[in-house]
Amino acid sequence: MARAVTNQRKLVVTVIAWSIGIAIFFPILWTFLTSFKTEAEAIASPPSFLFFEWTTENYTEVQSRSNYPLHFMNSVIISLGSTVLGLLIAIPAAWSMAFVPGKRTKDVLMWMLSTKMLPPVGVLIPIYLIFRDTGLLDTRTALVIVLTLINLPIIVWMLYTYFKEIPGEILEAARMDGATLWSEVIYVLTPMAVPGIASTLLLNVILAWNEAFWTLNLTAAKAAPLTAFIASYSSPEGLFYAKLSAASTMAIAPIVILGWFSQKQLVRGLTFGAVK
Amino acid sequence: MATAHSKTAARFMISPAVVLLLAWMIVPLAMTIYFSFLRYSLMSPGEETFAGWDNYRYFLTDPAFFSAFTNTIVLVVGVLLITVVLGIALANLLDQPMWGQGIVRILVIAPFFVMPTVSALVWKNMFMDPVNGLFAHAAKALGLQPFEFLTHAPLASIIMIVSWQWLPFATLILLTAMQSLDQEQLEAAEMDGASWWRRFFYIVLPHLSRAITVVVLIQTIFLLSVFAEILVTTNGGPGTASTNITYLVYAQSLLQFDVGGGSAGGIVAVILANIVAIFLMRMIGKNLEA
Repeated sequence: MARAVTNQRKLVVTVIAWSIGIAIFFPILWTFLTSFKTEAEAIASPPSFLFFEWTTENYTEVQSRSNYPLHFMNSVIISLGSTVLGLLIAIPAAWSMAFVPGKRTKDVLMWMLSTKMLPPVGVLIPIYLIFRDTGLLDTRTALVIVLTLINLPIIVWMLYTYFKEIPGEILEAARMDGATLWSEVIYVLTPMAVPGIASTLLLNVILAWNEAFWTLNLTAAKAAPLTAFIASYSSPEGLFYAKLSAASTMAIAPIVILGWFSQKQLVRGLTFGAVK
Repeated sequence: MATAHSKTAARFMISPAVVLLLAWMIVPLAMTIYFSFLRYSLMSPGEETFAGWDNYRYFLTDPAFFSAFTNTIVLVVGVLLITVVLGIALANLLDQPMWGQGIVRILVIAPFFVMPTVSALVWKNMFMDPVNGLFAHAAKALGLQPFEFLTHAPLASIIMIVSWQWLPFATLILLTAMQSLDQEQLEAAEMDGASWWRRFFYIVLPHLSRAITVVVLIQTIFLLSVFAEILVTTNGGPGTASTNITYLVYAQSLLQFDVGGGSAGGIVAVILANIVAIFLMRMIGKNLEA
């Protein structure tokens, strides 16, 4: 028997939860609001919350003063590129582990996961030197390679947990009808796995977009994605709050919105299936 | 069901992922180990000499290492305490019936999607700045002296920023776990007269224990490598007050060009992370069998 919840109690919970929610979200909201202020209003004391002259000049300023479109494109290319490349490598691997498991499948999965636990500083110097000597420092190629490799274990794991849920009989039936291995993967498995693959893609684009160790260490100007571009505001330029806010809003808006759609996949992807 | 043919094919299909990850793991790590035994400066390339254990001795006896080590632990433990305790509280709250639950969830989860450099700079400049930050405005309005967060409490400030980023993660995972809790069990306990606290400690908390373990272990892996937040806020300072091991290795190798010393530090970081990783792997491995 479900207990009837009094409306009064529900109201109290609602008020508390909304207050906390807004408090946690406040820095993002404040950044968004500040991006529409003039620099003078942005540091005015006492600060104005909504009643200021809304202006979009910061957005045009940021675009014209720096090469914002370049950094944005770098972020797009690096995060999408590394995710797609990762998927291409991971789909066959996850397929074989989910449908043709061997004695060692579990060990291979665990070992792949363990590579994710290698702290990046442990390999920073060799990677830096290898890219320097091959002329790949500050190129998108270098970052696509590195981000593909660091996110590959997560991609394999996520796909594996999704593929496990697809009944193997369907694949057998296709095989009996004479489907070759590749057509089995491409025409039978992939369509059924599209939701899982899409979730994996989404989560990995988010992770790659926000990755800030390798992007900061391996880029300078040409290939810098938004993470590294925003870091340049840590100099006195960061004191121009309105412009910092405009640049930040543009950098996080696409991913915060994508992120809201990926809540469930996030739990699954980041806990490696340990919490569902 | 698997035929010999499909087994061979399976092995063939898994090999690119395995080979790439193996290369990614072994080649750079072997190079780091090799470098860690060399006297090797980026300023004078081609003059490397064998150094034995010297790099390790210098790195481990450097006072900066000791403070980076304690800072790393304080940072990890501090963020874990804040995010897990508040995360449990928030998950309990969000699990109650309310109006607009979906929207509150969206508000709470949002910080996790903000890139580290943005959240660090927004907090540093727009909130913690002693002249124009929002906290300074609030302090002045109350007639108090604005507090210089990043000068006088650099590590605590970074803990705050990082906690803000990870609280959504802990909350989301714990909330997911909460939702699989059998409500009838709670109601039965309530009918038997168990108080809220007893229900929480004897039913809810044990149910969450597995999710809490997962949150602690996964966050630890990421928190050991906090880097961008430190780089854009304090640069590890003042002095080494907010330097963690990751930042120290970065500074040693790419700012002071000491490849040998930095590599030794990197290996120390790998060993520390592995201690945590072993526990995490066991936990996930058990789940894989179940």
